Amino acid sequence: MTARSMAIWGTVAVVGAVCWAVLALSRGEEVSALWILFAALASYAIAYRFYARFIAYRVLGVDDTRATPAERYDNGRDFDVTHRHVLFGHHFAAIAGAGPLVGPVLAAQMGYLPGTIWIIVGVILAGAVQDMVVLFFSMRRDGKSLGQMVREEIGVVGGIAALIAVFAIMIIILAVLALVVVNALAESPWGVFSIGLTIPIALFMGYYLRVLRPGRVSEVTAIGVGLLLLAIIGGGYVEQMGLEEALTLSKEQLTLGLVLYGFIASILPVWMLLTPRDYLSTFMKIGVIVLLAVGLVLAAPVLQQEAVTDFAREGTGPVFAGKLFPFVFITIACGALSGFHALISSGTTPKMVAKESQVRMIGYGGMLMESFVAISALIAASVIDPGLYFAMNSPAGATGGDPTTAAEFIAGLGFTITPDQLTAAAAAVEEQTLISRTGGAPTLAFGMSQVFTEAFGGGLAAFWYHFAIMFEALFILTAVDAGTRVGRFMLQDTIGNVWPKYADLSWKPASWSASAVVVGLWGYMLYVGVTDPLGGINQLFPLFGIANQLLAAIALTLCVTLLIKHGKVKWVWVPGVGLAWDLITTMTASYQKVFSDNPAIGYFTQRERYSDALDAGEVLAPATSTDQMEQVVFNSTLNGTLQALFALLVIVVVANAFLIWVKAVRAGGLPTTEVPWHESHLVAPSDFVATPAEKEAVREWEAAGHGPGYGGH
Amino acid sequence: MNGITRIARTLHWYVRQFTGEAKWDEYVAECATTGERPMTRREFEHRRDHQREHSPRAQCC
Repeated sequence: MTARSMAIWGTVAVVGAVCWAVLALSRGEEVSALWILFAALASYAIAYRFYARFIAYRVLGVDDTRATPAERYDNGRDFDVTHRHVLFGHHFAAIAGAGPLVGPVLAAQMGYLPGTIWIIVGVILAGAVQDMVVLFFSMRRDGKSLGQMVREEIGVVGGIAALIAVFAIMIIILAVLALVVVNALAESPWGVFSIGLTIPIALFMGYYLRVLRPGRVSEVTAIGVGLLLLAIIGGGYVEQMGLEEALTLSKEQLTLGLVLYGFIASILPVWMLLTPRDYLSTFMKIGVIVLLAVGLVLAAPVLQQEAVTDFAREGTGPVFAGKLFPFVFITIACGALSGFHALISSGTTPKMVAKESQVRMIGYGGMLMESFVAISALIAASVIDPGLYFAMNSPAGATGGDPTTAAEFIAGLGFTITPDQLTAAAAAVEEQTLISRTGGAPTLAFGMSQVFTEAFGGGLAAFWYHFAIMFEALFILTAVDAGTRVGRFMLQDTIGNVWPKYADLSWKPASWSASAVVVGLWGYMLYVGVTDPLGGINQLFPLFGIANQLLAAIALTLCVTLLIKHGKVKWVWVPGVGLAWDLITTMTASYQKVFSDNPAIGYFTQRERYSDALDAGEVLAPATSTDQMEQVVFNSTLNGTLQALFALLVIVVVANAFLIWVKAVRAGGLPTTEVPWHESHLVAPSDFVATPAEKEAVREWEAAGHGPGYGGH
Repeated sequence: MNGITRIARTLHWYVRQFTGEAKWDEYVAECATTGERPMTRREFEHRRDHQREHSPRAQCC
């Protein structure tokens, strides 16, 4: 290191340390949200510069003389040498979704500090490591999927368990994401109006690209975004348009609508709906994230939430039950560590990487960016008045759904908010009510609207609120469309093993029936969540979080296995630290969700409590009828069984892998399916910014008549 | 080339790459070097739609 870079990194380290110290030491004073923002940025920078670099060069041994699959197979389709900045954008757009936004919002019930620490430490030591290492190993295997790699490198039993786990987890994730949308749109005619209009807008864009002006993507995206903004503004006038009543939909109606929509979207050709929706959602995603970062810096809001609430210690929080350990780690999910990313880091992205060393900026860097989104969401949720936060996020059974009862309930929690303040907050964003608007999306939208109003001025709170709702719903719906399709392909592929005809993607009976099964499964879980008398989000979100973290356990197990098989036992701690912590938290959480004798946490104890009461002819609050009692009994049995199944599948994979570890350690390594070395002829820089030497190398290479300038910019 | 035009150019380049519009430019350029007659834009985009139809891309949560 030069003296200059030592000075720069020294400064970054000092800034980070000061920010962390302020966060750690301030209690009961006014703490600016910027401390969190800069603690995060400084920590990311240091982790990226030193730890990610160490993993890339020392642990993985990235080798730029080795041709990547993109270079070897370059077919302009799935294998496609892509400029690193462009691939970074694609990869980030694919991994970022509603998860990092919703998780931190719910975790804010424990205070802002636990969430902040886990989002930052977790991403550095676990999440970004997983994304990068999986990306690297998949790249070395011509872009094989996670399931394929588990089967080939760990074993058939582990492979089958992983396949079932991936499918089941995907269904839960789709159901919970859809539940977030339903909760955000229920009884909100403005939201329904704007989101409803995204369908004709996307259809129009699809028609434009297919028929009117093929291929003009940026042009049609600009038109689409313009129409989208009009749709949000137009939603403010639903009352004047006389549509208010028709668009005030109940959760059950929205569920039915979503299921029908999901089925139709998954059998329509992608160009009609999915592709254009994807353009819109990607554009909105990146735009809003940038806007939020700018807004936070300009507004510099003060944190209203406590650093650590009593709920963290006592586990009695109304948003979700359970103590800080292990539930904060489960709830944050995607922003710190997300198993779902392993599905993107294997399969799609590795087939497009130009040079091996770029896995650092794409895998590790992409995940740092996602973590930053999670931090922004956590801040947005923590600048809201805590009384309002808990009124919005406690289930309807607890708040009673009415300003007076809600205010009483909040007072019981130890926070103060008056019924008038609750009504005024709803009126400010032109919603009928904000009480028990669970799921995280309305809270985030309210926080964002507060930040944007402070940052940009102008009394546009209602517009910003619905803008934020629209953007979350838009990319959840895109994820639901795309996820349903992926699920359908997986199902067709699996059944195709015994009945080859079924795997034919263009055979309508197969694609329709497989779509119906996938939509039916998540639609059913969605319905279970929507009608749950105890509140769907607090029942299902832990299942979602645990499922996602368990998928990460499978991915990290694969990483550990491959390092041992490659004879790099001394480096297994790199994915091993994340794996160990992930297994400790998810297995503790799974154990509590299955076996805890606290009915608020343990699904089966909950079941017992309600079924005993049912036998005694009693009705327990918040259930109001025998039917609801039966529903609680059924739902807790279902959730508990699923929870146990997920944990069991992961244990099978880890146990299977353990056998391979022992064998590989004894043998000092084992053969793997890594593709042999082929010489690379491509020249491109490794990092975000090219060094002078890299620039010179690219210039020489291009002067010799190579390449369409992948290294240039 | 002054600073603003350079930024605008880079941005334009990035957007075309990101949206995949640059695929068409590359194809046309390749046809020019090989002397092959390029297909129409419509035909080219239909092929890309077809590929997308058969390669699912997961979106994350």
